[in-house]
Amino acid sequence: MAIRYLILLSRQGKVRLSKWFITVSQKEKTKVLRDVAQLVLARRTKMCNFLEYKDVKVVYRRYASLFFVTGIDSTDNELITLEIVHRYVEQMDKYYGNVCELDIIFNFQKAYFILDELLIAGEIQESSKRTVLMCISQQDAIEDSEAHHEGLVRMGFQ
Amino acid sequence: MSSLKQFIRAVRSAKTLNDERGVIQKESAAIRASFREESGDSNVRRNNVAKLLYLFTLGERTHFGQIECLKLLASPRFADKRLGYLGTMLLLDENQEVLTLVTNSLKNDLEHSNQYVVGLALCTLGNIASTEMARDLFQEVENLLSTANPYIRRKAAICAMRIIRKVPDLQEHFIDKTKLLLQDRNHGVLLCGITLVTDLCLHDPDMVHEFRPFTNALVRHLKSLTSSGYAPEHDVTGITDPFLQVKILRLLRVLGKGDAEVSEQINDILAQVATNTDSTKNVGNSILYESVLTILDIEADSGLRVLGVNILGKFLTNKDNNIRYVALNTLIKVVAVEPNAVQRHRNTILDCLRDPDISIRRRALDLSFTLINENNIRVLIRELLAFLEVSNNEFKPVLTTQICIAAERFAPTKRWHIDTVLRVLKLAGNYVKEHILSSFIRLIANSAELQTYCVQKLFSALKADITQEALTLAGAWTIGEYGDLLLKGGNYEEEELVVKVQESDVVDILATILSSAYSSQTINEYIITALMKLTTRISNPAQIERVRRILQSYTDSLDVEIQQRSVEYGNMFGYDDIRTGVLEKMPPPVFKEVSRQFEQQVTKPKGAGKRGTKKQIDEDALIELMGGDAAPGPTPSNGGSQDLLKGMFGGGDEAPTSSSPTPQSNLSSIMDLFNTPSPAPVQQQNPASAMPSAAMSFSSQLGSMAQPAAPSGPAQLPVYDKNNLAITLQLQRTADGTVNIVARFKNNGFTDNISGVTLQAAVPKSQILKLQPISTAELSPDAEATQAMRVQGSKGPPLKLRLKISYTKEGAGEVVDLVNWTEPLA
Repeated sequence: MAIRYLILLSRQGKVRLSKWFITVSQKEKTKVLRDVAQLVLARRTKMCNFLEYKDVKVVYRRYASLFFVTGIDSTDNELITLEIVHRYVEQMDKYYGNVCELDIIFNFQKAYFILDELLIAGEIQESSKRTVLMCISQQDAIEDSEAHHEGLVRMGFQ
Repeated sequence: MSSLKQFIRAVRSAKTLNDERGVIQKESAAIRASFREESGDSNVRRNNVAKLLYLFTLGERTHFGQIECLKLLASPRFADKRLGYLGTMLLLDENQEVLTLVTNSLKNDLEHSNQYVVGLALCTLGNIASTEMARDLFQEVENLLSTANPYIRRKAAICAMRIIRKVPDLQEHFIDKTKLLLQDRNHGVLLCGITLVTDLCLHDPDMVHEFRPFTNALVRHLKSLTSSGYAPEHDVTGITDPFLQVKILRLLRVLGKGDAEVSEQINDILAQVATNTDSTKNVGNSILYESVLTILDIEADSGLRVLGVNILGKFLTNKDNNIRYVALNTLIKVVAVEPNAVQRHRNTILDCLRDPDISIRRRALDLSFTLINENNIRVLIRELLAFLEVSNNEFKPVLTTQICIAAERFAPTKRWHIDTVLRVLKLAGNYVKEHILSSFIRLIANSAELQTYCVQKLFSALKADITQEALTLAGAWTIGEYGDLLLKGGNYEEEELVVKVQESDVVDILATILSSAYSSQTINEYIITALMKLTTRISNPAQIERVRRILQSYTDSLDVEIQQRSVEYGNMFGYDDIRTGVLEKMPPPVFKEVSRQFEQQVTKPKGAGKRGTKKQIDEDALIELMGGDAAPGPTPSNGGSQDLLKGMFGGGDEAPTSSSPTPQSNLSSIMDLFNTPSPAPVQQQNPASAMPSAAMSFSSQLGSMAQPAAPSGPAQLPVYDKNNLAITLQLQRTADGTVNIVARFKNNGFTDNISGVTLQAAVPKSQILKLQPISTAELSPDAEATQAMRVQGSKGPPLKLRLKISYTKEGAGEVVDLVNWTEPLA
């Protein structure tokens, strides 16, 4: 059940984000990253978005210069996994405003925050588009107000 | 101290990998240094941890920052906690010791007044909770499961799932509140609640009964989703909340599996979803796909099943490769229940074999194998052979095996069967497994009417191509065995050209292969034996002389096996009177469906005359045992592991040492197919002329001579006592069906030495035997030796063994004896 890992890969195979919902050693992670990147990058555009790698089904999709790669159980629904990935991309697009690879590189924490509001333990936790983004922006607002408050303190207003 | 942005820029602007490494190492060192300074400023710490997370993304080492992450968690500031929890989730997992330090922060934050702080804690717990954390924090999570805040409630539901997975005993604490989740109106909560219930049911069948009463509620939810109008918040291209729909369908599948009543309850809604969902987009198809999976798994009525299979059929014709992929993948499950429905799509499936996408090809191939039956075998095998011609090498071993197995099972005629395997050998002879080859040879040996055809076909195939190993092996054996038929020519059917084959051509081709670069050791072994057999099947003295010279050139081969064969065969030229007899045609082996047991290892066919000089005694020991044609001579007792393989005793009804005078006519085991009896006269003193002929019965108990019982330990069971050599066995059974056996050898004579003592053993094919070397092969008068064996897989007494004992005794010469021994029941 559920997504085991989500990896964002550039076309050159560089990792932009990686989230693991299963417990594996660093060595194993490195191996999976290397193997999966190799498999995915070798695929042509017309081919289907699914691959078999060991006992995992790799579901990937390319958005502009980035590959979104997930590993799911072989009994899971590949098609809905594509929709989950797509939802994630949509949310980032709204959040960053026309998201591009550079946004994700320089603000990768935000990309992780959005992901954490969308998935826990590899399971989708919220299907409302609005709610996820609202939660993120409210949390951003808390951070901003903290920073603002701190600034005031530093300047001696409070 | 650079900012995160500066660091990322520096890494990205590095021109070479070396530069990049430099930047990273410098920054990594700076971060460590900064950590050591113990700055109290959380802005500095956050900056450091953020850079650390960038290092993590790059795949660098980050262990030195774990503690800093934990420090952030303890801060009262939200920004610190947010980054701290992110770092904790990324850098730690449940196996790290440091994680225990997180528990306290989590406990505090789970009770925080701000929902987002609680949310961070729940998210962390849900992603990386360890067993200890699950035990320590389950009560907090349980409380949160019933808060009024849906944001917290849904996260708590997934956390509960993780906790129960870690500690199943805790599940009872959650069940009541979980039931409430299934009635929640909030989509997020419902989604997570259903996820939790599905997981509970999958891990504990009792839970399925617990949650079956909720079937109707779930059906209502699903119905309202499918029939509701446009709902902007949850809409995905015109479909309302596909994520929730898929989750509900999946839970219904778990609840309805094997339960007629529940299946009945969900029949209608499944039909509704399957008919009304828009199939033009991926979203709709994801729901259709899930509903088909549910239909196939529950006790759906036949109309619904047909609907399900039809959806897959429609999927199969979809242009989108993704949809075709899932269709192929799912049809495999349908074949068993609805074979005809799947057969209808046969052509489409076969078309998928030519798809450029390997994922599709792989699925289509798996599916094609399941479609083969006696009615369509010709068509399907033709397609599969066409695919074999163009397929990637990684597919070939599976393809060759599956084609040959299907051919064996459904072959309409023998001729067709032979043609098919021949084609496989020609196309992918380097990817054919051994058992397929041996079953082909068995087929030829059993098809007297087609032997001429086979040998001619193989001969011409070899003339065209000697690069396919299995083809070469089959060809070499067949030409050796049926060389006379090849030379005779004629009666070769229909359109095929009857090529007049000269004796020199036959020797030519074998000699060419022998000296070619494609010749492997096995091929050489086969060909040397084949050449030797040819000497009795051709008449031209010049060619026979040529064979002798070829064999002679291998007498100094570095390979012991080949050297031995060529020396022995060379010597046989000196005994023309027995050569013909020895090299006579083999009796056809009894048919055995070895290929069905393709997962089992089948013994490697090895040549004749082998006495296990160089290798550990392996299956050859058995060949000798069964054939009784072992040449006299000291069999070295270097022993070694004897992993006698399956299929050895299944060779049929040979009576290995019964009254038949010529040893070779006794041969009919599979092994012996490849085994030319060795020339030397057999010295048998076997008392077993009344041995049962059924291969599997080893019941006759022999040589039960008196033997003083052992003073201690398990009884020493007498096995053999002749020529002053007494052998006893001591058996010890372990609980897991392993029998440890110690064989004791004793020279009871007064004057004569016994030398070169060896004991080899074989067990029925369900068991595995390991044989240790004998402690000493030389027994002076009154001396003793021991040899340990171990049998695995014995169901219990009586243990049956077939033993071959050989030794040299002064005065008696070489002795080789066979004993069928059954453990006496106490």
